[in-house]
Amino acid sequence: MPQEFWRWKEYNWHAPDLVWQEARSITAGVDVGSVSTQAVVMIDGELLAYANRRTGSSSPDSARRAMDWALKDTDLAIEDIHYIIGTGYGRVNVPFAHKTTTEITCHARGANLLYGPAVRTVLDMGGQDCKAIKIDAQGRVVNFLMNDKCAAGTGRGLEVIADLLQVPIEEMGELSLQVENEPEPVSSMCVVFAKTEALGLLRKGWKKNDVLAAYSRAMARRVAALLRRIGIESEFVITGGIAKNVGIVTRLEKELGIVARKPNFDTQIAGAVGAALIAQERMMKDAK
Amino acid sequence: MNTAGVDIGIKTTKVVLLNCDKIIARSCVLTGWKPQQAGESALTAALADARMARDDVTQIVATGAGRQAFSLAQRNVTEVTADARALALLHPQVRTVIDVGAEEARALKCTAGRMLDFAVNEKCAAGAGVFIETMARTLEVSLDEMGALSLQAVGAATLNSQCTVFAESEVVSLIHTQTPKAEIVRAVHDAIAGRVASLARRVGAEPEIALVGGIAHNIGFIDAVKRELAVDIIVPRDPEFIGALGAALIARES
Repeated sequence: MPQEFWRWKEYNWHAPDLVWQEARSITAGVDVGSVSTQAVVMIDGELLAYANRRTGSSSPDSARRAMDWALKDTDLAIEDIHYIIGTGYGRVNVPFAHKTTTEITCHARGANLLYGPAVRTVLDMGGQDCKAIKIDAQGRVVNFLMNDKCAAGTGRGLEVIADLLQVPIEEMGELSLQVENEPEPVSSMCVVFAKTEALGLLRKGWKKNDVLAAYSRAMARRVAALLRRIGIESEFVITGGIAKNVGIVTRLEKELGIVARKPNFDTQIAGAVGAALIAQERMMKDAK
Repeated sequence: MNTAGVDIGIKTTKVVLLNCDKIIARSCVLTGWKPQQAGESALTAALADARMARDDVTQIVATGAGRQAFSLAQRNVTEVTADARALALLHPQVRTVIDVGAEEARALKCTAGRMLDFAVNEKCAAGAGVFIETMARTLEVSLDEMGALSLQAVGAATLNSQCTVFAESEVVSLIHTQTPKAEIVRAVHDAIAGRVASLARRVGAEPEIALVGGIAHNIGFIDAVKRELAVDIIVPRDPEFIGALGAALIARES
């Protein structure tokens, strides 16, 4: 089988020393995105475990697989969880969820917890869409703008270029920064046309890294336009899979003249974390 | 007087040789990465077919995406100008022309060979020929079979995504859920027909309406455009040569 350059690593994580037996609340968020699915389990508002997997053709199966994987190294069973919220593109298809919430609400809440209450602008760069969200100190959504019509500026678009250039998707960011001179961005907006343009550049003798740089710069420009339309207030953070691409993040910061706060956790879980937090609130409310 | 029209498209390059109003030869080659070379080899092929030398051609006019790169032409004209001119000869009653190329779609309003208004989509692959090509590849159906296959559809599937990249994933999901191929192909044609029709509406979509470009060989697509615009569609003979024909006609008048 040929190497699949777009394929990123799926993984799970759990906090080694958190004890759940005496917890007041055990909640979970499952974010079924168009490309990846995350399940996050929290006890009393603290991260206990999570998993990140590729979304399959069936949303219920994807949700279940992510949840099972998150719980794998804990001694929790899914029945031990008090409240579960489904979110993301496939949220209505999470059979074990008590409620669903939109991913915009969840990313806002997740970013508020993970990066702190000073965050005002969240850019969620997902697999098939890109959202610019303004939030308040409580992590509530004030306003948002979204591109979900076009692959330019999304993870799927990046996967296409990874395959074309035969560069593992996780290495694209670093490689795109290893250039002598920053090239002009590719001029085509559309991923299909950008692919043709990239091929043309390679034929002209451009190095892969230069093509990557040109593409990353175009992507940063596109996303910057979305952010400018909603207005950027600091602090600014980026969630979603593309936040891991240092080449795009750096160029976006340069384009906007603002530095994004760097995370010390996985940027892809922000939505599921928000869902688990909202689950905790709902649970407390219901208990009253 | 012999003239030549050279239409250097993104994907294919077409040449029409004219003697007055009569087509004496045609040729079509893949453009590849070198528009100048593609133009020359298409011209050479057409000349060979007509048993003529380059000197026998008085005027050469170029059109298409690579028109400016072609040094053998005395002048060049836009695709929409060429289309309007050709349709005036073939179907003078046509008021709207829809021209779908590999990576660009155009709609133009015309009368008596003059182009009055036009709209172009060159930004998004979802409204261009490459959309159908991409889906044909995903479906493992040859491009030539797409048209007939979609006419066999009993029910209708829908594609919700606009973007070619997203629609491709959607087609894969439809294949996984065992949707009949004919229905998926019909959905593909409906999707692009919707976008092409809205381009035509931007210039008024006044009947009669003609469809040109290689895509006009696809009967499934023609059917989808007819349903979308709720009018009959005229497809000229050899629709992929319309741009080259228009350029050759303009060459005669220069």
